[in-house]
Amino acid sequence: MFLLQTTPLPSPAELLPAADHACGGIVAFEGRVRDHHQGRGVTALHYEAYEALALGEGQRILDEARARFVPVRVAAAHRHGTLAPGEAAVVVVAASAHRQEAFAACRWIIDEIKDRLPLWKREHYDDGSCAWVGCGCQGRGEAP
Amino acid sequence: MKVTVRYFATLRDAAGTASEEVEGDFRTAAALWSHLGERHVFPLGPDDLRVSVNASYAPFTTVLAEGDEIAFIPPVSGG
Repeated sequence: MFLLQTTPLPSPAELLPAADHACGGIVAFEGRVRDHHQGRGVTALHYEAYEALALGEGQRILDEARARFVPVRVAAAHRHGTLAPGEAAVVVVAASAHRQEAFAACRWIIDEIKDRLPLWKREHYDDGSCAWVGCGCQGRGEAP
Repeated sequence: MKVTVRYFATLRDAAGTASEEVEGDFRTAAALWSHLGERHVFPLGPDDLRVSVNASYAPFTTVLAEGDEIAFIPPVSGG
């Protein structure tokens, strides 16, 4: 299941409830908004999304993960709109019989999300200014 | 041919709009991008962008059809 929403994200346990007792290893990644960036104070973060493409691409990433890391159960959610520092921007959960597949799938999914999901981050700073981050022009050069 | 172009992030700022209908004689996504360059000054070039046709990633060489929704996708920064 892939979710894209403007409201607070579910917890990993809510996002991927235990369906049975086959999975002994569950790995979750939660990405939260930092209150600082390159020495500047961050007061808020705005994610712009191309919703139709993001929903399809998010689901494709999960489908590819299931084919690549067998057997594994996966789910992910990404938030868009305006977030405050400390809030979760992304949640990924992978569950498998053993820990290796769960760690590998979770890592692969968050890396694909960062590479492919059409969302753009605009940071608002404590001096009143704001900037797109990692969008290929100003501010380029640091990892998103 | 008439298509809808969606703009995001830095391209939306440069175009001054989130979407527009564009009519012209362009066959592919690459030709559409060149066409758009005549009306906007964009901060990114084809090497920086991916193409989406009807909400799926597609190559710049994709042949467009009447009514398609095209977006040129700047480097993403989700996660």
